[in-house]
Amino acid sequence: MAGSGTAQLRESDKMVLRVENLVMEFPAGIHQVVHAVSDISFDVQRGETLGIVGESGCGKSTTARAIVQLPKPTSGTVLLDPGTDAEIELTAKEGEELRAIRPRIQMIFQDPISSLNPRRRVRDIVAEGLSIWREEYPDVDVEAQVDEVLTAVGLDPEVAASRRPHQFSGGQCQRISIARALALNPEILICDEPVSALDVSVQAQIINILEEMKERYGLTLIFISHDLSVVRNVSDRVVVMYLGKVCEVGDSNTLFSEPAHPYTRVLLASAPEPSAVVDESESAIGDELPSPMDPPSGCRFRTRCPRTTGLCASEEPVMAKVGLDHFVACHFPGSP
Amino acid sequence: MDDLFGMEAARGWESDEQFGSIVIRRLGPGFWLAAAWIVFIVTAAALAPWLPIADPNETGVGGRMEAPGWSNWFGTDNNGRDMFARTIWGARVSLVVGFMSILLGIFVGGTLGMISGYFRGMVDRVISFVVFVLLAYPGLVLALLIVGLAGQTLPIVATTLGILAIAPIARLSRATTLAYAEREFVAASRVLGATDQRIMVHELLPNVLIPMGALTLLGMAITIVAEGGLAFLGLSVEEGFSWGKMIVLGSAPRTLREGPWVAMFPIGAMFVTVLSLNYAGDRLREYFDVREIGIGQS
Repeated sequence: MAGSGTAQLRESDKMVLRVENLVMEFPAGIHQVVHAVSDISFDVQRGETLGIVGESGCGKSTTARAIVQLPKPTSGTVLLDPGTDAEIELTAKEGEELRAIRPRIQMIFQDPISSLNPRRRVRDIVAEGLSIWREEYPDVDVEAQVDEVLTAVGLDPEVAASRRPHQFSGGQCQRISIARALALNPEILICDEPVSALDVSVQAQIINILEEMKERYGLTLIFISHDLSVVRNVSDRVVVMYLGKVCEVGDSNTLFSEPAHPYTRVLLASAPEPSAVVDESESAIGDELPSPMDPPSGCRFRTRCPRTTGLCASEEPVMAKVGLDHFVACHFPGSP
Repeated sequence: MDDLFGMEAARGWESDEQFGSIVIRRLGPGFWLAAAWIVFIVTAAALAPWLPIADPNETGVGGRMEAPGWSNWFGTDNNGRDMFARTIWGARVSLVVGFMSILLGIFVGGTLGMISGYFRGMVDRVISFVVFVLLAYPGLVLALLIVGLAGQTLPIVATTLGILAIAPIARLSRATTLAYAEREFVAASRVLGATDQRIMVHELLPNVLIPMGALTLLGMAITIVAEGGLAFLGLSVEEGFSWGKMIVLGSAPRTLREGPWVAMFPIGAMFVTVLSLNYAGDRLREYFDVREIGIGQS
């Protein structure tokens, strides 16, 4: 692709979220615009884990924030329960209406320390969602619910609940964040680089907890990371992003065994333990990431792509099906 | 395994009591000396009517211009009034003006700054403009104007000084709010469905209050001195007397020559009080700044 198109969207009533033609632009100075996310589309099936992968600055986090309307995207739609009678267009909701839907989608952030208010106690932090919606959940025993989710994420409520965040390690803070998100029984949990700030040994624990919680509470996960191996382990389906565009979408196994987009191949080849399906020489990638204020014409990856031709500069590739559940936006997909 | 983490965590934790004693030690003896003086002077001022001291307005308690001695600890002024009693009574007006004005400044300035820093955009531009105008306007001229027009009562003097405190406090509050509003716990709270009002009160206020608390002490020191300045222009409280007014009375050339203690004792009281407020406020501010950084890096 880095290209546009919606061929990767699935026709099914099992979808819980659909993002269509999402565009997010931020003003930067006079007459300049940061094209953080440019026309991306994907969907998530209920109970599925969708991985979004790409290097820093490719718009992963912006996409996550746009799904929860923080801030609202420049254009495009975000649909909950698409194609069903209960379909809700999040992008069309404002104020109180939007607020009422918020408990259904929760989020975990990258920085575990900045995610928790240093002046509040863990019990209050985890109970925050329930106290916001106290009138909507009159029967919920807040204490018991807080104890339950804390226990679920592996913290002892008796010890932890009365403490403040600075008394915990990064990994424990991330557990508290997960507990806070789960207290409202969400349907979708967006994890924005949830383990990037943690030690490798702790990363595995947090990922295991997320997987356990997914089973236990029937969650749908959107897992964002720049770490290919992490995404590969947790995801059923993967979206590869580059400079605000989608490069490749597909079933996790297919995508990692037959990477079709040159950028996906670069990512796989430059991993610490390169995948056998690519050659290490493919990791060579020229130049820095181009500026999102002035993205390249045509395919946005062409300035760093080994296969680039005149066509790539003049015409933007469109998402095309290359396998059963495998879509790629490239004029010259497949192995070199 | 779950249990194991609970245990592991427990070992790393200090209890709240231990935490308290760490605070006491780290603030240092200077802070506690300053705090002791502040507590002493506030208590003495509050209890003045019930203390076994002379009536501060009664003339002829001793001779005129009597030097400090056993019967009148701080001497007497040119009307034979007891300077010790007057210094304690004078603290009442000075401290009340100082405290009330900074309270008003923090309430109004703090709120404006938080609204400005949280909502940004147009609201921020309007409030920031008003704050800049207030900062650019010469404070003394504004004080002369208000007190001159509205009268020299205690509430008006305190309000005037409070208005002067609004702008700098609003700036601090705005800057602190801006820094915290970017944090992810604010985003997390919105995702949970919190309203703007709830985020400001539950998430931001507890964090903004910390630097504000330290500022209360520093601000009180400034307003006490400012009240002294107003007194010098004859614009302080008409009824009763403050340290500022006492200093003015004692600084007439003849009084200063014959009985320097008439001016020196209120000056000394004001000096030690302002020094204590400044030092304690500064220590608190330093302590919490360091603590904030510590939290960020841990």
